[in-house]
Amino acid sequence: MIDKIVPSAAAAVADIPDGATVMIGGFGTAGMPSELIDALIVRGPRELTIVNNNAGNGDTGLAALLKAKLVRKIICSFPRQTDSYVFDALYRAGDIELELVPQGNLAERIRAAGAGIGAFFTPTGFGTLLAEGKETRVIDGRNYVLEYPIRADFALIKALRGDRWGNLVYRKTARNFGPIMASAAKCTIAQVREIVNLVDLDPEAVVTPGIFVKRVVEVPAAVKLVAQPGAAA
Amino acid sequence: MNRYTREQMAARVARDIPNGAYVNLGIGLPTMVANHLPKDREIILHTENGLLGMGPAPEPGAEDVDLINAGKQPVTALPGASFFHHADSFAMMRGGHLDCCVLGAFQVSVRGDLANWHTGAKDAIPAVGGAMDLAIGAKSVYVMMEHLTKKGETKIVDNCTYPVTGLACVNRIYTDLAVIDITPQGLAVIEMVDGMTLPELSRLSGVPLVMAGVRAAA
Repeated sequence: MIDKIVPSAAAAVADIPDGATVMIGGFGTAGMPSELIDALIVRGPRELTIVNNNAGNGDTGLAALLKAKLVRKIICSFPRQTDSYVFDALYRAGDIELELVPQGNLAERIRAAGAGIGAFFTPTGFGTLLAEGKETRVIDGRNYVLEYPIRADFALIKALRGDRWGNLVYRKTARNFGPIMASAAKCTIAQVREIVNLVDLDPEAVVTPGIFVKRVVEVPAAVKLVAQPGAAA
Repeated sequence: MNRYTREQMAARVARDIPNGAYVNLGIGLPTMVANHLPKDREIILHTENGLLGMGPAPEPGAEDVDLINAGKQPVTALPGASFFHHADSFAMMRGGHLDCCVLGAFQVSVRGDLANWHTGAKDAIPAVGGAMDLAIGAKSVYVMMEHLTKKGETKIVDNCTYPVTGLACVNRIYTDLAVIDITPQGLAVIEMVDGMTLPELSRLSGVPLVMAGVRAAA
């Protein structure tokens, strides 16, 4: 019997080693797997490379991981926000490396990794600072930049419901990076609000098929949070 | 000098968005366009974090942390809305599926180069988000900005001095003084605020301008 369910967030992240590349889902706090991140902080692997759209908000979740000084490098599109003070201080002190990637290139590089694509040409970023030194090509009269996949050892994502095969459905705009990160990591760990029986997810509605997911851990919803307006994307 | 108010600018942009259009409104000033979309047109708003059919802000108390826009503010989903992951969302943008996007800007060049993501200041922490994808992706890229900086310098320039977001990507500029098309022949003024003249607008802008539909002298 296939059973990808693990009993706790701590058990789910127990083998993430020093130096690992870890994708973390979420756009701001929507879809951020906070309990998995908290478990990772307790475990305490060092010199991590983190892939996320942002660089943490406030003092919790990804920001807490940065604050614990466990992260050597972050690959993201939008680190600077009104409440990204943890990252800002580390960056200004030279204590964290930043690879800034346009958001669509970030998404497509993750997607490419999961899809087995070796590299791809994209028009986004051509002629800008973020394409400096990169190979370019004119295709059908348009300028493109060569971009490479981003792969990870682990992906920590959050979904609404999952089953023991690892099939997942998400909730509203919390889906964001979950499905593509799930496919791009050697070991994808999903925290779900509810684990359901195999028959309970409509096959027509499954968003992430279980083949992309190695571990599922149930984290019931905490108190309902109110969205906090932050800065831009 | 007369100026269009921000509300007037937003209403003016909204007038140019046709029925049935798929539209992304950038963060800041462009967001105001949503409040002015004509009620008799069905226009579908895209937000790059993964929603088509975005509706207005919810009633206080009805906010949902999982239903936000690219500015991370709570929004609603209209009947007919759809959710999707980030690679699909940026395929909609990069793949030319959006009819129009409206962006803010620090500067736009006479060739339509856009600078809106980074001041280039040494101590600034860079952040780009979806700006570069929006700049090159939509069928029509509209910029909405003040014509002049607070110091009175033109934001329409021969060459951007701020780091660019995209090259030759802007189609039309809406400012507090004028509406200007960027054409292969140069900048063509479509409208000006009451009392403005082409010579005065040209002087303020510091770049060559012609009236739309009027052939420049050889």
